[in-house]
Amino acid sequence: MSEEKRVPVKKAGKGKYELSEQLKAYKGVWVFVEHERGEVHPVSWELLGEGRKLADTLGVPLSGVVLGAPGLATRRFCEEAFFHGADNCYLMEDAVLNNYRNQPFTKGLTDLVNAYQPEILLLGATTQGRDLAGSVATTLKTGLTADCTELNIDMENRSLAASRPTFGGSLLCTILTLNYRPQMATVRPRVMALPDRDNRRLGSIVEHPLGLIEADIVTKVLEYIPDNRQDKPQLAFADIIVSGGRGMKNPDNFQLIWDLALMLGAEVGASRPVVQAGWVEADRQVGQSGKTVRPKLYIAAGISGAVQHRVGMEGADVIIAINNDPNAPIFDFATYGIVGNAMTILPALTQAFKQRLAMAKMAG
Amino acid sequence: MHIVVCIKQVPDSAQIRVHPVTNTIMRQGVPAIVNPYDLFSLEEALRLKDVHGGRVTVITMGPPQAEAALRKCIAFGADEAILVTDRAFAGADTLATSYALASAITQIGKDQAVDMVFAGKQTIDGDTAQVGPGIAKRMDLQLLTYVSQVDALDLMTRTVRVQRRAEGGVQVLTTKLPCLVTMLEGSNEMRFASMDNMFRAARYQLKVWDRVAAGIDDVGKIGLKGSPTVVSKVFAPQARTQRAEIIDTESGEPRDIALTLLSKLFTQHPKLGEAISKRAT
Repeated sequence: MSEEKRVPVKKAGKGKYELSEQLKAYKGVWVFVEHERGEVHPVSWELLGEGRKLADTLGVPLSGVVLGAPGLATRRFCEEAFFHGADNCYLMEDAVLNNYRNQPFTKGLTDLVNAYQPEILLLGATTQGRDLAGSVATTLKTGLTADCTELNIDMENRSLAASRPTFGGSLLCTILTLNYRPQMATVRPRVMALPDRDNRRLGSIVEHPLGLIEADIVTKVLEYIPDNRQDKPQLAFADIIVSGGRGMKNPDNFQLIWDLALMLGAEVGASRPVVQAGWVEADRQVGQSGKTVRPKLYIAAGISGAVQHRVGMEGADVIIAINNDPNAPIFDFATYGIVGNAMTILPALTQAFKQRLAMAKMAG
Repeated sequence: MHIVVCIKQVPDSAQIRVHPVTNTIMRQGVPAIVNPYDLFSLEEALRLKDVHGGRVTVITMGPPQAEAALRKCIAFGADEAILVTDRAFAGADTLATSYALASAITQIGKDQAVDMVFAGKQTIDGDTAQVGPGIAKRMDLQLLTYVSQVDALDLMTRTVRVQRRAEGGVQVLTTKLPCLVTMLEGSNEMRFASMDNMFRAARYQLKVWDRVAAGIDDVGKIGLKGSPTVVSKVFAPQARTQRAEIIDTESGEPRDIALTLLSKLFTQHPKLGEAISKRAT
C-alpha cells in the first residue's frame, strides 16, 4: 500500500527515538556514483552536493561509492567524486562490474554497507539507481524513500527526513526510517543543484573485493544500443522549455506550444494529463512522474501547477505562467503571470519574440 | 508455463483534488482504476501465454474493493485472480508489501511452479518502483526492470532475452527463468476485452486470501510493524516568497500583454535576454 494510507507517527510526549548500540555504529553519508559507458550520471554529483550538507549537519564524512571494471576510468570517477565534495571513496573493482547488472551490483553495494556501515545511503532515481536501491534495501531489510524532493536532518532523532510528493502529487510528506540503518533514499536527476567542482580537493580510497566470478552471474549483457540523442527530447538539460497543460483544451491548440518553442529554439514539455491523453510523447512529461527540469526559462500555458507538476519544474530560473484561472496555484510560484486565454496569448508571445529576435539579429 | 502478474488498484490520480482551504484530500467520487503501468505488464504476460501456452494468474494486495481491479484483468484475459487482503496488512510500506506478495506468490507456486512474475514499473499513487525489485530479491528471481521488449523466450532452455531501458541506451540482456519483469510504459498496447472474457469476469469466483492463506506466520513482517519507514508529516508545499508578478495592460490586448512581458523579461533578466537573443543568430 502507498504512503498516504499510513498513519503519521505521534510525536507528542516521547518524540525521541533511541537507536540500539548496534545501529549507533552506523556513521557517515554515502552517495552511490552511477556510471554507464564510461560516463558518470550527473545525478551522482548533484547528490554529493546535497550529501555534503547532510554530512556537515551530522558532523560525519561524505563518501562516494564506485563499483566498476578495474582500470583508470573507474579510479578517475573517485577523483571526480572528491572534486564534487566527497571526503573519501569506497571502491570495488571487478571485471564482472563492467556493465550494470542487478545481481553483482546488489551484492557489491550490500557487502560494502555491511562492512563499513553508513547511516545514510543516497542513489539517483534512474533506471539503474531504482533497480539497485530496491534490491539493496530489501536485502538489508531497511527503509527506502523514493524520488525525494527534499532531504534534511531531523536533529531530534538524528535521522534523515526525506520529503516527497504524495496523494498523486498534491501534497508533500516527510518520511523517516527510525529503527533501521542505513536510511536509504533516491532523488531524481536535476532535483538538486549541481555543486561547484573544485579540482584541488583530495580524498582517500578504500578498496574492497566483490568476490564473484562471471559464472556466478545468471544475467548476461549481450549488447548495448546507445540512444541516438537527436531522436529523443532532451528536456532535462534544455535552457528553454515551453509546456502545455490540460488548459490547452485539445491537441490542435497544442500546436501553439510548438510554434512558440520552435521560434525560441526551445524544447516542448507537457503536464501529465496531456501525456495521458496522448497529445505528446511520454518523454516530454514534466513533473514527479515525468522529467525534472532546470531551464533558464520555463513557459507554462494552461497548466494549473499541481504539486505533481511543480516539483518537476520549480528549479527553473524564470517561470512565465499563462492561465485563465487567477487562483491557479501556478501563480503562487511563477515569476510572471498572465491571467488570460492561452489560445490568444501564445500567438501574441510568439509574434513578440519573433520581433525581438529579428531586432537582436539586426543589432548584431 | 505459469506467469503471475502483480497489480494494484489505485485512485485515478488525475482526478484527486485537494481542498484549497483545509489542505485535505477530497477522495469522494474519485474512481479506482488498475494502475496504468501494470497493464503493460499484464499485456506482455498475455502475449507470452498466447505464444507459449500456460496460464496467467493475477494477484493484488489491497482492501476488499480491489476485487474490481482483478475482475478487470480477468476480462482482459487472465486465467485466475487472487486477492490478498487482511487488516494486518494496513500501513505497509514497500518492504512489508514485497514480503506479503512474495509469500503469496510462493503459495501460488505450490500449486503450479511460477516461471515468470510481472509487476508494474511503478504505481501512479506511490510512484516508488520498489515493490517489483523487492519481490524479486525475496524470491531470488532474476530481476529485469524497465523492459521495453521481450525478444525471445525459450522454455526448453528456460532462457529469456529482453531489451532493457538504461540511462543512455538499451541493454540487451539474457537470463534464466524464473525471473521478474517490469515493463516500460508504451511497450505494448492492452488488448480489448473480449465478450467471452467479460462474461467470465462477471461470474468469476476470485480467490480471497488472508495472511494465513498467503503463508504468512510472522505478523512482525507485515503491515505497519513490518515497515521500516514512517510518515512523520503531510504538508502543503511552501509558497515561494513572492507570488507571480501579474502582467496586465489597460487595453488587455494579447499583443500589448506580450510586449509588456517581454520588456520586463529582458530588462529584469538581462542574462536570460542575452541567451534568448543569441538564438537569433
